[in-house]
Amino acid sequence: MASLIGNNTLGEGGKLVERHWQELNSRRRLYTALSLALLFLALTSSLWFANETNAGKFFDRLPYFFDFIEDLLPRDGMEVVRALFDLPSPYDDGSFKYNYPEGRLYLTDSFYIPEYVHKMLETVNIAILSTLIGLAFGFLLSFLAAKNVMPNRWVRWPARRFMEVLRAFPEVVIAGFFLAILSLGAVPAIIAVSVHTIGALGKMFFEVVENADMKPEEGLRAAGANWVERVWFGFVPQVMPNFMSYFLLRLEINVRASTIIGAVGGGGIGELLRLSIGQGHEAKTLAIILLLFTTIFAVDQFSAWLRRRLVGEQAFNAVV
Amino acid sequence: MNMLHPQEMEAIAARHKNLLDKSNSKRRRLVLIWSGTCLYFAFCWWMFSIGDVLRNANWSIAGTYLADWVSYEVRPELEIAPDGTMKIDYGRFSPLGNNPAPDWVELKHETVERQVGAATQATAQSKPSSSISFMAAPATQNSVGAATPTTAAQPSETRPEDVITTASVSLGGGTSIAVADRRVTVVHAGEVLAITVDGKTQTRPEGTLPSWATQKRLGEKITLSFGTRGWAEVEGDEVSIRRRFFGWANFIFDTNSPFFGKSASEVFALVTSGDRIDPSRSNLSLAWNNILYNAEWQHLDVWTKLLQTIVMAFVGTLFASLLAFPLCFLAARNITRHRVLNQVTKRFFDFLRSVDMLIWALFFTRAFGPGPLAGISAIFFTDTGTFGKLYSEALENIDEKQREGVKSVGASPLAVQRFGVLPQVLPVFASQSLYFWESNTRSATIIGAVGAGGIGLKLWEAMRTNSDWENVAYMVLLILLVVFIFDGISNALRSRLMGAR
Repeated sequence: MASLIGNNTLGEGGKLVERHWQELNSRRRLYTALSLALLFLALTSSLWFANETNAGKFFDRLPYFFDFIEDLLPRDGMEVVRALFDLPSPYDDGSFKYNYPEGRLYLTDSFYIPEYVHKMLETVNIAILSTLIGLAFGFLLSFLAAKNVMPNRWVRWPARRFMEVLRAFPEVVIAGFFLAILSLGAVPAIIAVSVHTIGALGKMFFEVVENADMKPEEGLRAAGANWVERVWFGFVPQVMPNFMSYFLLRLEINVRASTIIGAVGGGGIGELLRLSIGQGHEAKTLAIILLLFTTIFAVDQFSAWLRRRLVGEQAFNAVV
Repeated sequence: MNMLHPQEMEAIAARHKNLLDKSNSKRRRLVLIWSGTCLYFAFCWWMFSIGDVLRNANWSIAGTYLADWVSYEVRPELEIAPDGTMKIDYGRFSPLGNNPAPDWVELKHETVERQVGAATQATAQSKPSSSISFMAAPATQNSVGAATPTTAAQPSETRPEDVITTASVSLGGGTSIAVADRRVTVVHAGEVLAITVDGKTQTRPEGTLPSWATQKRLGEKITLSFGTRGWAEVEGDEVSIRRRFFGWANFIFDTNSPFFGKSASEVFALVTSGDRIDPSRSNLSLAWNNILYNAEWQHLDVWTKLLQTIVMAFVGTLFASLLAFPLCFLAARNITRHRVLNQVTKRFFDFLRSVDMLIWALFFTRAFGPGPLAGISAIFFTDTGTFGKLYSEALENIDEKQREGVKSVGASPLAVQRFGVLPQVLPVFASQSLYFWESNTRSATIIGAVGAGGIGLKLWEAMRTNSDWENVAYMVLLILLVVFIFDGISNALRSRLMGAR
């Protein structure tokens, strides 16, 4: 329709522009169609490959898709509460399935922390500690990697590559390596999560530093401040809110990461969850999931609230 | 600074009091934060008993494991009989193949006649070596050929046996171990250590032990460490040598392949113009098959598993964005003006996100069995929540002017979304999906380790044995490569989508 109107009213030059525009438009449509076709092809072949190499075929196993709900139905509703707070169960037959009180961690003679709460605290502490370690080292590295702070490319380049390798190195390998050297427990998980966090936070930090306002730095330079002083008084005050925002975002991610690392031998709640699902202890599984869900939800909400206070709505646009 | 007069400085200080003097509460807050952090570190040190863990760690083995990433050991073991003769054994899965004869091991063979049947006794008794007659090899062959039939019926028959009388193993760089007549001479770092063994249990070093040799108690085994070149153990009846070589052993062809031990040009010549090794197929397909099914490196399996990981991240992220796309319009409060619907959709996203990827992975592994389908589902469920949250936040932050403009010309509600909203948010959506595609490639590795398919499980299995660190290194290298490539693609696409921002 647009072209009809155009042909009637446009002059020679206008028709040329119109023709150009139509050419461009059809080429763009062609490219869009081509990339969609390519995406579709990649998707179907990926699905075929995933189905072929899977242990069970998709359509054979689809009826069992919601089987996991069976793993979550305890004998009665109170069982979940008993599992969560380590209260004795009326069904106790001496098996591992109902031995809730055995995991109690007594602080005094009568006051105890339930096993799952204890392990959940351990996992959260792994996350907090490794995020703090990541914050400290990422902070130092980011100023070495930012272009506007470190003009020397022989420092900048290794710092950036180092962070990239730390970020991309599979956490499970670091955890596995330190599990072999240290014994089973939380320390390998702390190391693995910290290493990844240093790389990830360092990258986000140096991007923040590169976007910082250079005027305070210029003023300090004019007054004869040295490098450390320029960084400390020129950059740190303006980037700190953003740094803290990323720190909190990373904390959310690390709570999940330390749970997963726990499931592969790093201690904490993840290990208990894997064991409980594997052995079919419904009440225990449900209790752990409820606890994990609540914790992750609480950490997310707390961090969102604090980030909103620190940097305002901007915190939520800058996820990428 | 010193240009300013002190009075001027005081005047400036007086004018900007609030800048120069930190308020008490601010100062206190800083002290609180620092002391709190220090206390927290101390608490964690105690809670995880980090000190004990680090003290009890097996640091010496860490070096070996790390060295295994990029090097391999060849393990000749010399068994010493009480009479001083020796046998050499390279172990069953030696990287040198079934009948290794490396040029850094020099052996002097002799053929002796031994009494079979009494042979076990002969080795058990500590006979002096003179009681066994050493002969030149060809002569023995002849004499035995004649003698064997006649003595066949007797309980203790005499049979020729190939034994080693002197062995000299060079570990390169002036380090060598020579064994002759129950005497082990080790040269390392310019020092010479001679050890006498009795062929049974006792070892006795001559003189004091150098710093690179350790012995717990006199007579027990002596451990010699040669740094990066390897190490050795001298026991009463055995000298075990571990020579370390840099690189990955038999990376292309394993020791059972007919192409094993051939140089690149030889293999090339065989593949292009040689006679068929296996009559049923060409040399090229045989060689390719041998590479894919290399027993030690399992190239085909590793590549399949890596592809599974990539597919898991790709399909999971794509499906999650496809499902989150329509849902986010329901969750955004400026698009759908229905508070209950907004809240329900948002809490649904929160639920999907907060039930961790690990939990989804464990459940779907039970549903689909181990494999990429479980991983795809886990990523799909978690990221539908994540994308829904991110997308709806992007929608809530759009510029209302475009929407109003489209609405004012009387467009239908669908057209308002298509022309007033989508152009603003689509680049953001695509950029976020790309970012998560790349980051999910990394997460897919980890959830693989709990059984959800992909290279994670293979990595985990390789690490469990503590002896396949070179395979771990190979897989890590592949993962790093894939992550860097995807990082590059995702960054390039994102910067094109978002324009020069």
